[in-house]
Amino acid sequence: MSALSIRDLTIAFGRHDPVQVVSGISLDLSPGKIQGLAGESGSGKTVSAMAVLGLLPATAQVGGSIRLGTTELVGLRPRELNRVRGRRIAMVFQDPSASLHPQLTIGAQLTDHVRAHLRLNRRDARQRAIDLLTQVHVPDPAEALRRYPHQFSGGQRQRIAIAVALACDPEVLLADEPTTALDVTVQAGILHLLRELVDQRDLAVLLVTHDLGVMSAVADDVAVMRHGQIVESGSTHDVFTTPQHAYTRTLLESMPDAQQSLVEDDE
Amino acid sequence: MSTVLEATDLAVEYRGHRTVRAVDGVSLTISAGEVLALVGESGCGKSSTARAVIGMEKPHSGDIRFRGAPVPPLGLRRRKAELTAMQMVFQDPNSSLNPRKRVGDQIADGVTAARSRGLSSDAPRQWLGAVGLDPDMVTRYPHQFSGGQRQRIAIARALAAQPDLLVADEPISALDASSQSEVASMMRRLVLQAGAGMLFISHDLSVVRIMADRVAVMYRGRIVESGPTAMVWADPVHPYTKALLGAIPHPDGKGVLPAAPAAEAPAEWHEELPGALDRG
Repeated sequence: MSALSIRDLTIAFGRHDPVQVVSGISLDLSPGKIQGLAGESGSGKTVSAMAVLGLLPATAQVGGSIRLGTTELVGLRPRELNRVRGRRIAMVFQDPSASLHPQLTIGAQLTDHVRAHLRLNRRDARQRAIDLLTQVHVPDPAEALRRYPHQFSGGQRQRIAIAVALACDPEVLLADEPTTALDVTVQAGILHLLRELVDQRDLAVLLVTHDLGVMSAVADDVAVMRHGQIVESGSTHDVFTTPQHAYTRTLLESMPDAQQSLVEDDE
Repeated sequence: MSTVLEATDLAVEYRGHRTVRAVDGVSLTISAGEVLALVGESGCGKSSTARAVIGMEKPHSGDIRFRGAPVPPLGLRRRKAELTAMQMVFQDPNSSLNPRKRVGDQIADGVTAARSRGLSSDAPRQWLGAVGLDPDMVTRYPHQFSGGQRQRIAIARALAAQPDLLVADEPISALDASSQSEVASMMRRLVLQAGAGMLFISHDLSVVRIMADRVAVMYRGRIVESGPTAMVWADPVHPYTKALLGAIPHPDGKGVLPAAPAAEAPAEWHEELPGALDRG
């Protein structure tokens, strides 16, 4: 049983003469699995993730079906969507500074929506916030609650953003380039954390990234997008070791990993 | 090989509530026909080093010599013509190209700089062709190109000045992943064809592996390890270099998580290992 099922999703922008940016993609997210969505900029990966959360602007026309369990999300009224968003589906973005409020303490950001969604009292919400920060390995959680986002490093901020996303125990996590802004050593830590959380909580994750190294490291399955379509999908191992589509092969061959050093060629 | 650039004990400080020493005693040399890559995490001082080397940043202390002569900081006055033999490519082509000027005319500025030093340079059309664009596009404006094409134009303009040294600060980071290594390779080829040297700054170690002769690894304002790229790659000795290389995820489909350091900045990364410098 998939946690989230996307069928024939189409997205077009503009009323007159609409431009189709996603043309009929289908994906299934399963609990405890990371589904990767790879592709270059402009391929439609981010808008597809945004469509799941109903975060597209009003000019977007969304067709097809996105089912969360038995709930159809396409065409859902804003009020009902609000009950799903942040509660059953959460999102982590590339820039943690953009998803955390700069003028609110970490404590406020971790407890306000938990209290709203889960109806917890102040003390229980605070304990829950400390537990969450512990799970994402932020040192000294009780102290961290009193501090502001700018007092943390980029990597710690992304851990906190993940804690905020997980606060209401969502079934589905959408992660759009969650490590792209981070240094490679910090990125490695976040990838470990992501895998750990998926395994512990049986989360279903959609990981959107252009970074094929990151994809290969954590995704169980991968779909490759180009011009609004999925050109290839399968287990990460199969797609990376025996790519079937010419575009996937081109992408992999263009990676520096696949190339000889030019320095040796010179000598 | 003749030395193009020599920086000795370079320090860059930024004053504020608290003075930050962004570059703390960096020495490096670049010879003609050589690509030196400067790698490290964000905030380690790579860009400050590049900006100081070219004179955009006034160093706090230290000595920078280009072809044996000191490099004065950029000021309001025009630079001497000799210093147009140093050219720079920035990360964001949108901020380095003039949006109101045809790209052919901008490349022609580079050609003029070469002529002012008594050198010949190809016509803008040929330079566009050299960086893989259609020569007929000289009459277009920057907004008529994609981000990747704009970066190629910025590279063409810099190379049209026939520099002895090209300083490139994250020139490929804003490009699509599939064109990054192609553009980096192209830069290497064109720079070496011209007999120039290049300081290539990048946080992307995979690209550096294929296109740099030597690599210098920076951490918190200091170079912690340097040497021939292949040697550093195969056998890193400094703990930070080891962590950096170990953290790179490889697109091999094996599903192996890269090694993550136990802490964000272990004490051992600050170690000074004299044996890790100028290896080979």
